[in-house]
Amino acid sequence: MADPMVVAEGLHRHFGATHALRGLDLSVPAGTVCGVLGPNGAGKTTAVRILATLCRPDAGHARVAGHDVVREADKVRPRIGLAGQYAAVDDMLTGRANLRMFGRLSHLTRRVAHRRADELLDRFGLAEAADRPVGGWSGGMRRRLDLISCLLVRPDVLFLDEPTTGLDPRSRGQIWDHVRELVADGTTVLLTTQHLDEADQLADTVTVIDHGRAIATGTPDELKATIGDRLDVTVADPAALDRAVTVLEALTGAEPAPGDERLSVPVPGGGLRLADVVRALDHAGVAAADVRLRRPTLDEVFLRLTDRKEAVR
Amino acid sequence: MTALRWTVSDGLTLVGRELARLRGAPGQIVTLLLFPAVMVLLFGYVFGSAIRVPGGGDYREYLMPGLFAMVTFTAVHGVMVRMAGDASRGVMDRFRSMPTARLAVPFGQTGADALGGLIFVAVMAAAGLAVGWRPHRGLLPTLGAFALIMLLRYALSWAGVHVGLAVGDERAVDNLAPLMLPVTMISNAFVPTDGMPAWLRFVADWNPVSALTAACRQLFGNPGGPAGNGPWPLEHPVTAVLLWSAALLAVFVPLSVRTFLRRGR
Ligand SMILES: Nc1ncnc2c1ncn2[C@@H]1O[C@H](COP(=O)(O)OP(=O)(O)OP(=O)(O)O)[C@@H](O)[C@H]1O
Ligand SMILES: [Mg+2]
Repeated sequence: MADPMVVAEGLHRHFGATHALRGLDLSVPAGTVCGVLGPNGAGKTTAVRILATLCRPDAGHARVAGHDVVREADKVRPRIGLAGQYAAVDDMLTGRANLRMFGRLSHLTRRVAHRRADELLDRFGLAEAADRPVGGWSGGMRRRLDLISCLLVRPDVLFLDEPTTGLDPRSRGQIWDHVRELVADGTTVLLTTQHLDEADQLADTVTVIDHGRAIATGTPDELKATIGDRLDVTVADPAALDRAVTVLEALTGAEPAPGDERLSVPVPGGGLRLADVVRALDHAGVAAADVRLRRPTLDEVFLRLTDRKEAVR
Repeated sequence: MTALRWTVSDGLTLVGRELARLRGAPGQIVTLLLFPAVMVLLFGYVFGSAIRVPGGGDYREYLMPGLFAMVTFTAVHGVMVRMAGDASRGVMDRFRSMPTARLAVPFGQTGADALGGLIFVAVMAAAGLAVGWRPHRGLLPTLGAFALIMLLRYALSWAGVHVGLAVGDERAVDNLAPLMLPVTMISNAFVPTDGMPAWLRFVADWNPVSALTAACRQLFGNPGGPAGNGPWPLEHPVTAVLLWSAALLAVFVPLSVRTFLRRGR
């Protein structure tokens, strides 16, 4: 039905000799969360900056909320929110003063800006700290403030660049809850992350980028399916590890990832029966503490995808 | 028309931000009020005990125009730090990703600095009056001198905006602070230039700090004003300050706006 909220086609961008983006394609349907995964330097921040009208692409084009990010930047800006990789708030102002200022600069009336600031501080659990200068706040609180600075005028598209990097699990969980609430209200979210579980938790679709290009796109499940299930074996006695390796190699044709007691191998295309694995181990005299078949984690998908790319070049 | 309205309104919001920052740091208000007074006392009584004023007269009368000129110049550094701080913390990017009027950020910053400067100069003038400095030529020339101080300060603050944005790194800009001192000291602000070696004297005579100092001495009727035999900028200091200001504005307003719009592009 409707056009995607965010579309990027063939984005190129270089900084001197560094090619940050080399033909990036992205598409985010309205009302969904797109997770952009990539190792350091993959071009995630550059992509977000281009989409948020801060930076121009050398080639290619992008539309956000139906408007071209270069030619119609003025029309894009009122409809987006951007929380950059570092909390961009004024340390010397109180939380409330920060929000009021950003509200006024988003062209809310004074009364509305004040009301929205109070509402959001309440809703995001910052009311108590609101009247202290932000410089003395914890990292998690600052990030939350940074996030709600984007919500004063409810954005149609929210860009979050590594929204939870450096946060403890509790603060991270809070940010996730907030993002889910926003999505439930109809906001489209594009978030970059290096935490694969974050993408797993939040994203409807994931785009893995590396060296400035999308190398895989799909739902987290689809991506996991591309590398197949995994077989994990935990041996009871570390001395039996070598024998277990031999058994698993014979069964799957793949070399197990090394571990102290636990071995992990990809399951071959035809599948495996747990009973066969147990019998083969038993036959070789390996006492297994635990044998299980499981879906791969997004981490493993990510490593495989970015790895294979390395091997090719 | 609406664009202009938003520029003014957003600019005022950003001026308000500077005031709110002060409210959050009461210590800074004390510093802001105390510092000019301390400078007047320090320079007035420490230097005043050793330096003889050319043509006679009270050193504190000679000093005040120099101090006004000095703070006019050192203020540039504050503007640079503020702009670079916003740039390095991503606050500038947030402004640029919002519907905020494009020109409001540099105009708001320079406007806020002018406001702070007004307060600073007022306190300094009060401290000067307390230690015996007086303007002698009546209301209009006195107001004219303060107007020149504010004009040059405003023009210089645009240079600060440009440098702060172009460097974009708060710590790098912090390192420029020691440069401010020689720029203000190689001038006629505290001592006459005619005792300096020829090359140094040349620099000092053409230093805009000297022009502003001389203009203030002339307009306040303080000792050390144009004597009829000095270099051009010190003989026509008011014109020189106007020319300096016009040149700074002509160069740095467009340059700063360009740097702001193009940042990270
Ligand atoms: N303004 C800039 N000037 C010069 N090089 C830049 C600039 N911005 C990005 N780069 C370079 O472009 C490449 C991609 O950077 P980008 O910040 O987009 O990566 P990223 O995926 O966000 O990385 P990270 O996970 O570390 O945040 C990097 O090699 C980086 O050094
Ligand atoms: Mg990044």
